[in-house]
Amino acid sequence: MRVHRWLPHFVGRAGRRLSVRLLSISLAALLLAVAHTAVAADGVDPAKDARAFQDYFFKKFPGVKPDDFANGPYALNEDMRRQWEEKEQFPPYEFSLEAGKELFAKPFANGKHYADCFADQGIGIRQDYPQFDTKSGKVITLELALNRCREANGEKAISYTGDDMAALTAYMAFTSRGKPLNIKIPDDPRALEAYEDGKRYFYTRRGQLNFSCATCHVQNPGERLRAEVLAPALGILNAMPIYRSEWGGMGTTSRRFITCNSQVRGVPLEPQSDEYRDLEYFLSYVSNGLPISGPGSRP
Amino acid sequence: MSNSLGAPVRLCWVIVALLTGHAAFAANSEAGFKASYAAADAAEKQAGLLRNQWLVTEAALTEARKAAEKNDFDQAVAAAKEAEALAKASIYQATSEKAAWKNLEIR
Repeated sequence: MRVHRWLPHFVGRAGRRLSVRLLSISLAALLLAVAHTAVAADGVDPAKDARAFQDYFFKKFPGVKPDDFANGPYALNEDMRRQWEEKEQFPPYEFSLEAGKELFAKPFANGKHYADCFADQGIGIRQDYPQFDTKSGKVITLELALNRCREANGEKAISYTGDDMAALTAYMAFTSRGKPLNIKIPDDPRALEAYEDGKRYFYTRRGQLNFSCATCHVQNPGERLRAEVLAPALGILNAMPIYRSEWGGMGTTSRRFITCNSQVRGVPLEPQSDEYRDLEYFLSYVSNGLPISGPGSRP
Repeated sequence: MSNSLGAPVRLCWVIVALLTGHAAFAANSEAGFKASYAAADAAEKQAGLLRNQWLVTEAALTEARKAAEKNDFDQAVAAAKEAEALAKASIYQATSEKAAWKNLEIR
């Protein structure tokens, strides 16, 4: 009733009713618009996430240079670092690196090469993976891209957890050493969704031990878990693939994710499942700017 | 009065105890195992749909199957019931984490 008072006197009763309705509709529309804005403001903002993610680690470890996070636990533990630096004189991934170089150069049955499938002939491009493919609406990791390259050239896919994949990615990482991760999220809602799904996977507790990836690599980096010193999540994929003494060999990113799931007593997902690809997308994006340091070695 | 009713009451307790024991024995037959295993398997499949199965659940299911193959239905039922409880715990975890993961997020 009070609303009527400030309506002009020249407006008749019917006009006033119409005006009140219009006002109500306008108010409702305004409320909806405000609500929509709130949802958008509370929505996915990868750039803001990455800043917060990096700041968290920079504040937690003020003595560590930003680029050094790409060296995982060696950035956080002086003793381990000394051992690692000595080990780097004759790195345990060297054989794999040589094998990867040969595999990369070996032509397929049709005469083409891996190099034909990648920008810049596949040299120095590791920092651009994973990518979001707007055609399929999915994340394409380097491992996946290598197998797609094989299949496109009439070859069978190789195991995502096997030595050949580790060797190929080791070689490609080596040619990209020092280049800052440069993961892009295109203006596509599916890309944002993939990023957000990866983030959710990273923070979700799973397995009988009720651990998330963040439990070890955000809440406890630098701490010991049995004989291991936990690596920080920031830059954790920059060193992939890695030689692990625990494995007695090389391991791909796929193998690492599978092992992490098993260690918390969860049933691992299939290598290169959507979840793992999205996780790699998220983890790589928030480490943008940090140099590629792979292939790496870990105890 | 109380003495005259004492014997029938005791007898009734004995009968109840025997029947209960028989029921328990009957539950651990092959049919009992199949029912327990089906319930555990259904719960584990649901955990699978949530992409959150646990290794221990899978191990308990395997243990139940192996015990049943040896006709050890007591062990088979016990393992199946354990698997069901574990699968339900993993379902609870996956369901609660749909919102709870945000608590760990760096902002």
